[in-house]
Amino acid sequence: MNERYQLNKNLAQMLKGGVIMDVVNAEQAKIAEKAGAVAVMALERVPADIRKHGGVARMSDPKLIKEIKEAVSIPVMAKVRIGHFVEAQILEALEIDYIDESEVLTPADENCHIDKTKFKVPFVCGAKNLGEALRRIAEGASMIRTKGEAGTGNVVEAVRHFRTIMSEIRRLQTMPEEELMTAAKEIGAPYHLVKLVAENGKLPVVNFAAGGIATPADAALMMQLGCDGVFVGSGIFKSANPEKRAQAIVKAVTYYDDPKVLAEVSEDLGEAMYGLEIDKLDSKERFGDRGW
Amino acid sequence: MKKVGVLALQGSVEEHISMLKKIEGIMPVKVKTRQELMEVDRLIIPGGESTTMGKLLRDYNLLNPLADRIKDGMPVWGTCAGMILLAKRIEGNPEGHLMVMDIQVRRNAYGRQVNSFMTHKVIPEFSHENIPLIFIRAPYITETGKNVTPLLELDGHIVAAKQENMLATSFHPELTNNIAVHDYFCNKM
Repeated sequence: MNERYQLNKNLAQMLKGGVIMDVVNAEQAKIAEKAGAVAVMALERVPADIRKHGGVARMSDPKLIKEIKEAVSIPVMAKVRIGHFVEAQILEALEIDYIDESEVLTPADENCHIDKTKFKVPFVCGAKNLGEALRRIAEGASMIRTKGEAGTGNVVEAVRHFRTIMSEIRRLQTMPEEELMTAAKEIGAPYHLVKLVAENGKLPVVNFAAGGIATPADAALMMQLGCDGVFVGSGIFKSANPEKRAQAIVKAVTYYDDPKVLAEVSEDLGEAMYGLEIDKLDSKERFGDRGW
Repeated sequence: MKKVGVLALQGSVEEHISMLKKIEGIMPVKVKTRQELMEVDRLIIPGGESTTMGKLLRDYNLLNPLADRIKDGMPVWGTCAGMILLAKRIEGNPEGHLMVMDIQVRRNAYGRQVNSFMTHKVIPEFSHENIPLIFIRAPYITETGKNVTPLLELDGHIVAAKQENMLATSFHPELTNNIAVHDYFCNKM
């Protein structure tokens, strides 16, 4: 494995047990950092607004990204469209700390994701199942997150995706070695990664939860299921009291297994973001189905 | 059995725990509460984000009890973010965290993630062998007090130092397979 890839996986390890927050300007970035975020995701509109406004969602203006980088000392991430390797080149030129090749933006390529091995900067990618996670890792992703269903404030898809990945991993672990090639074919993942997962019982990179996390309880739920940390998108700055909610989610991720702390931090947070039911979404409105 | 704690608020906690498991006579423990802090013989502050850990230390009233235990002589080792938490002075930030070790540190001293790097060096205090050193958005030490012994300089910057019961490294031995620094911290400090 090359050294750069190792260093990029290592940065994700430093984010474990932490919360990565979506921010749309320098002021929000400062609030997130002060509340204890381990990193911020710089974007022009949070997923809930992308959902509401429609149209093509693209990489953010470099000016905005620069302002956010100036404002905080924690790592700054930003999103590119699936397959849009030029947006990724631009973010690399800006020395972003992590690129999210994200289904929340409008895909630029329906067949190919970015060849992430060509980049020095690390990538995080979304996945709904193990095959998808391993395809992204084979392309060079050094961190995985569930896709969930961003901008809905509904955690059900993140839970589904994480449970799917974990149960597929357990299934590989029980297989005799000769069945692993068949499994690799079935889930559409490279054999060497399937074998590695069967041996270790976990993904070879850090695995975060994302897409629909809106409350401290949601965050702790994902941690108890076994996630390494959480991304919170619209959940914070679309709620009534972002500062308080951000702090509460940070605490909930650290003390995820202590219901007393969870009860304490969940109290009096004001209204959470408005939530959407997944089955009421039109199939074209489901971000999770973008990419493969 | 020595109980060696790893401050488990955020960051490379599991990595330190699994390194400690390789050392004989050591019982690794995660430390998240004041009670757990009082029960350990020594403590590692892992890599991660110092702002996040600093905030949680304050919010859960661990900051002063931990600083007191270090002042009472408990051996402590900070890696990367841990070094920042131990430092008396942080450049550009008037407010420190534990402020127990007489060093001044520069955060993200090497720049952003594209500048993270790996190298190998011999650090006689730890081992006579070459050990791998991994720097992830790392800090380095820009000033040391008279009781501080620098253990390694890299291109003119101090990246490992010791003061009495305190050890600080800019790099992350927990991300390697080499247990030299963990062994040193558990058995020779």
